[in-house]
Amino acid sequence: MTNSIRGANLLTLDGLSRDAIIDVLDTAESFVEVNRRSVKKVPALKGRVVASLFYEESTRTRLSFETAAKRLSADVLSLAVASSSVKKGESLRDTISTIDALGIDAVVLRHQSSGAALQVSRYVPHVRVINAGDGLHQHPTQGLLDAFTVRQVLSERHGTSGLESGAELFAGLRVLIVGDVRHSRVARSDIAAYVTLGCTVRVAAPGTLLPGDIEHWPVEVVDDVDEALAWADVVSLLRLQRERGSGAFVPSLSEFTFTHGLTLERSAHLRSGALIMHPGPMNRGVEIDSRVADSSAAVIERQVTNGVPIRMAVLYLTIAGRHGEDE
Amino acid sequence: MTAIILRNGLVVGSHTVSSGDVLIEDGRVSAVGPALDAPLGTHEVDASGCWIGPGLVDLHVHLREPGREAAENVESGARAGAMGGFTALVAMPNTEPALDNVALVAYVLERGERTGLDVAVAGAITQGRRGELLAPMAEMAALGVRLFTDDGVGVQDPSMMRRALTYARPLGVRLAQHCEDEALAGAGSMNEGSTSSRLGLIGRPALAEELMVMRDIELVRLTGGSLHFLHLSTRRSIAMVAAARREGLDVTCEVAPHHFTLDERACEGFDPLFKVHPPLRTRDDVAALREGLLDGTVDAVATDHAPHAPELKDLAFDEAPAGMLGLEHSAALTFEALGGANADPLVFFALLSRGPARVAQLRASDLRVRHSAHGGAIVAGEDANLVVFDPSARWTVRRDELHGRSTNTPYDGRELLGRVRATIARGRLVVEDGALT
Repeated sequence: MTNSIRGANLLTLDGLSRDAIIDVLDTAESFVEVNRRSVKKVPALKGRVVASLFYEESTRTRLSFETAAKRLSADVLSLAVASSSVKKGESLRDTISTIDALGIDAVVLRHQSSGAALQVSRYVPHVRVINAGDGLHQHPTQGLLDAFTVRQVLSERHGTSGLESGAELFAGLRVLIVGDVRHSRVARSDIAAYVTLGCTVRVAAPGTLLPGDIEHWPVEVVDDVDEALAWADVVSLLRLQRERGSGAFVPSLSEFTFTHGLTLERSAHLRSGALIMHPGPMNRGVEIDSRVADSSAAVIERQVTNGVPIRMAVLYLTIAGRHGEDE
Repeated sequence: MTAIILRNGLVVGSHTVSSGDVLIEDGRVSAVGPALDAPLGTHEVDASGCWIGPGLVDLHVHLREPGREAAENVESGARAGAMGGFTALVAMPNTEPALDNVALVAYVLERGERTGLDVAVAGAITQGRRGELLAPMAEMAALGVRLFTDDGVGVQDPSMMRRALTYARPLGVRLAQHCEDEALAGAGSMNEGSTSSRLGLIGRPALAEELMVMRDIELVRLTGGSLHFLHLSTRRSIAMVAAARREGLDVTCEVAPHHFTLDERACEGFDPLFKVHPPLRTRDDVAALREGLLDGTVDAVATDHAPHAPELKDLAFDEAPAGMLGLEHSAALTFEALGGANADPLVFFALLSRGPARVAQLRASDLRVRHSAHGGAIVAGEDANLVVFDPSARWTVRRDELHGRSTNTPYDGRELLGRVRATIARGRLVVEDGALT
């Protein structure tokens, strides 16, 4: 178990302790307020340089990270690597070394290959590496912002704050994850976070979109989606990764909608007060009906909003964490 | 040619061992026995505490020539081979272009002739290794090619494989198969299982290998052909080959040192040095391979020595090419797997020399180039291909101290027991005191 991300890399949520996760969520709470100010900026990372290196197009994650870095007063070097490094003939090591030569404190890396962030951390051990999604492996900040959003919304309902809630409201919380678990880095990070925080996690997916070794995962597999919807406090939908070829794992998108889509009819099974989440971008009409996505149960926009304070917290803790006042 | 005498070693014959000296004159063993008299000027090698055995034979090396000489060439591969105790190498045909015709085979044979070792060639089964049309096996056989394979990939189409086995049978050659059904394995980059699932890497299932082993055993039964299974990596593959052999089918198999020393957990750091096809499997598979080494199911240890230029191993795991070095640490890893200090030298040389020499049919020949005999008895009159192996020497693998052109060893920093002290190839001392002469 890794007990803190302070002064360390954030590569995966697998093996991160409950305290480490709560530390990030609590730090993010303090940055929420910054985002509500008219002048949305603190000098926490003034003079620090954060490189954002995206091998895969991802408008929202990239914007979210860059916004977070700027609100902490860090300088941002933004590099879009349009196509794969292989096609350009440059190795991952050369690309990162080149950027490192410009003088950076941290790199936010999105890559289509699992493990790329860990590899980069070996190439530039003096630079903090933040995984912004690697292949099918992990998307740690998504897992953190999802947990943050759940805590925030449920705390508000209880008339308290996320900070005061700590980890308590996660105990026994019933989380249902629906969709392409097999090809989802979000699912891997979400499951790690929710399970570590004490939630009970169930997953529902067509057989071909479940990992082959799902019986070894700390989750329960459910076949009856309607029944699972009636059980869950939180329903987290996954994007059907059409661009990753998951389309070939089900006969058609409409068949997926038929078996596992959160249709309007199916949403009638939801418990009152259940939260509906989606990491985006949504395939409206495939994994979620538009009317459900726009309903009051959906906290999808909150997830996007919370991406900024979570990423501020992650940047702050990984880059400046060792010198933080808490140490 | 300077006479050489190997003094006071344990001479490992085919069935017995005895202490003594081995005298080598004019490229041949001229005397074996205790306290031999040697002619004046004989070069003396102290072999006390060492095993003197037949030179090692590697059935499976990628020498990368022609086409990828930056990673390795015949000459550099032969140097690394000599350091590893090898006196004969079989070069795989997945070069660029593939070794699928007489001109290219002759080219590599002639390059091999300039090294100190015997370099044999495995020809491609199909033209361009594309699995569509048979390569001219008879023409290549006339140059001395005795093994044919599309290694790198297996022959996917069962009807093509059936035809190849039938065609090869009267030629007196053996086909060799890289067993992986690409439809099942193609997208994957490590063993399929809990580790790959957690790491988010697409897996290459054991089944992809086992289905092709199963299929090819049935094709051998149907055609009466001869087949060698390359780098088997799973418990069930080994069991199927053992069963087929009990039925009298002409099948042989090899395993690679990495498959019996490393398992899939090595991939957890996403280091492409541990990426290989077939992939590193489970601990149980490692145990099964070790059992197969000891119980005689496995005919040969073969390295699948696969050099890659360093920049290619600096890519992401799923984008990097598969393959790792093997020549310089194969003997020590095999020695350790056989029990280290308790290892039986007869089994050691059966797996590293006599077995592979038999599979590759490495007899003395004078076709396109002259080759000597390997894996034979150590008696007067035999070609002098010998190795002096020190079973008590400890050494540490250092990637920067290897002798080929590439450094993609997965064993950097690993301490090993057992080291090649001297290699005598074609009657010449090519390695002495653990260094190239």
